[in-house]
Amino acid sequence: MKTKYLHVHRLRRVYVWELPVRYYHWLNALAIIALIITGFLIADPLALQSKQEATMRFTMGWVRFIHFVAAYIFFFNFLFRLYWGFVGNKYANWKQFIPTSKKFFKEMWYVFKIDILMMKGKEHISIGHNAMAGFIYFLTFWAFLIQCLTGFGLYAVMGTWWLPKMFAWVPALFGGDILTRQIHHWAMWFFILFAVIHVYLVFYHDYVEGRGEMSSMGGGWKFIEEEVFQNEEHHTPNTDTKK
Amino acid sequence: MSNELVPTQQPTYYEEVQRKGYSRRDFLQFVSMMTAFIGLENSAIGQVAKALETKPRVPVIWLHFQECTCCSESFIRSSHPIVADILLDKISLDYTETLMAAAGFQAEEAMQNTMKKYKGEYILCVEGSVPVGADGVYCMIGGKTSMQILQEAADGAKAIIAWGSCASNGCVQSAKPNPTQATPIHKLIKGKPVIKVPGCPPIGEVMAGVIVHLVTFDRIPELDRMGRPKAFYSKRVHDTCYRRPFYDAGLYVESFDDENAKKGYCLYKVGCKGPSTYNACGVTKWNNGTSFPIQSGHPCIGCSEENFWDNGRLYERGSSFAGFGIEADADTVGKVALGVTAAALAGHAVMTNIRKSKLIHELEDEGKQSEHELKS
Repeated sequence: MKTKYLHVHRLRRVYVWELPVRYYHWLNALAIIALIITGFLIADPLALQSKQEATMRFTMGWVRFIHFVAAYIFFFNFLFRLYWGFVGNKYANWKQFIPTSKKFFKEMWYVFKIDILMMKGKEHISIGHNAMAGFIYFLTFWAFLIQCLTGFGLYAVMGTWWLPKMFAWVPALFGGDILTRQIHHWAMWFFILFAVIHVYLVFYHDYVEGRGEMSSMGGGWKFIEEEVFQNEEHHTPNTDTKK
Repeated sequence: MSNELVPTQQPTYYEEVQRKGYSRRDFLQFVSMMTAFIGLENSAIGQVAKALETKPRVPVIWLHFQECTCCSESFIRSSHPIVADILLDKISLDYTETLMAAAGFQAEEAMQNTMKKYKGEYILCVEGSVPVGADGVYCMIGGKTSMQILQEAADGAKAIIAWGSCASNGCVQSAKPNPTQATPIHKLIKGKPVIKVPGCPPIGEVMAGVIVHLVTFDRIPELDRMGRPKAFYSKRVHDTCYRRPFYDAGLYVESFDDENAKKGYCLYKVGCKGPSTYNACGVTKWNNGTSFPIQSGHPCIGCSEENFWDNGRLYERGSSFAGFGIEADADTVGKVALGVTAAALAGHAVMTNIRKSKLIHELEDEGKQSEHELKS
């Protein structure tokens, strides 16, 4: 091994995820974990026994309370992220998620070939999200929307605030709460599958690329090789491009 | 039942009540009860009494299509006898297959007469769904398809009441694959107010309440987004259920013969659809306010909800997942998908170490190199 030619890279620190994006990410993660756990408990409660009078206990009440609080956090956090897609840095911009150009689809296809089919070829460089990841996040935003609509739709009849009441039209759209509840439950599985794949791919990118993918959601920065930086930046030599 | 074509002043409801032998006291009891059911304040009792005293009876045509007559049965069993005696027996018998005395030509003639004489004034009550498949041959009365009869009767109707789940949303005869194409009324008749009174059957008092509201105020009651009267369908059975404290406490019946069932715990885990069902069962109850399904230890099956027959299993919370066989519910499908994902990721991880080993080793070696170069 030691006899091999080694090129020790000079790495450049790039501030990718701004503090609000990191806050959004972890708040979202916590809210989703809370929502999934309490959601399962609401769908299929534990078999509990008690000698206490029912009025002395509020087990299911608390589970539902946590679900609703987490739902509100999730909802406003989601709204905030949509806003940040317009005012945040280039890696947080909405253009990272919604395919608007041929280049986007080309990159998606390339990522698919290199990362998923493991075909041989030049590794792609993605400083923020790669196109494939961005597009999948775009889909998660739709899943967020479905959960917010069906969730607040079901909650509307219990809510006293005008906000959840505004969603009362949703169950009417599906002919009642029975189907709405099921859509809410089915859509949850998307979140579980997403989380598993998401965490795996973070490990994968960190392992294969060595650019600090895993810690980037902590400190906000990733590292790219000096030559990558030169290539990417050669047409705008001024480092103060944005912000 | 009069067949003369000359419009005559119909007797008022109160006159009919008296003729039937009820006292003023009985009448007022009935009025107070109805006022409470339709969700009005005490002060409205006088208004309802006055309306029933002064207004001539509203002619009603009651049609039966694809149904089991449980709506009619429920209606004639409403808790106050005046409901059956006056609202149905005396007042609306212009035409109803189940309860009218006439038959054949005379019956059809009576309906035609009412339709002509009271054009634009009568209330059309429809029990049952209309099969539109195969040109409507699945339900024909007197040589006409139910669609023809409905259209004819709906033309001159002031308002239409869709009794029960059949007329409101199709009920079991519209369950997949719906061979007769059973269709609810609101999808067939446009341009007329349709009041949906779902339930299989709806509660008798609810049915009576809807009619009393129409008579008293001369307009349809306030409806929700789904076209149901808000007075009866704005709350979930769950919200008015006397077992709700057990739900909140997390105490549930696990199976029908367990200790918890004897203690009267919440029926949520044996499939109660109360949390998704909008009806007045928990408040008005059935059979003179004696009981309702949950009180007798059976979970609510959500009979007043659209698609309750296709949308879920009666005794489980989860429901079958279309396209994955009868037994698969969302969680089964989810767990399988999770397993497949985990296997795919494991495969991917193995492949990564093989296909990208050069890359990974370069990173490792680069790191090791720096480690060696560092002193101590």
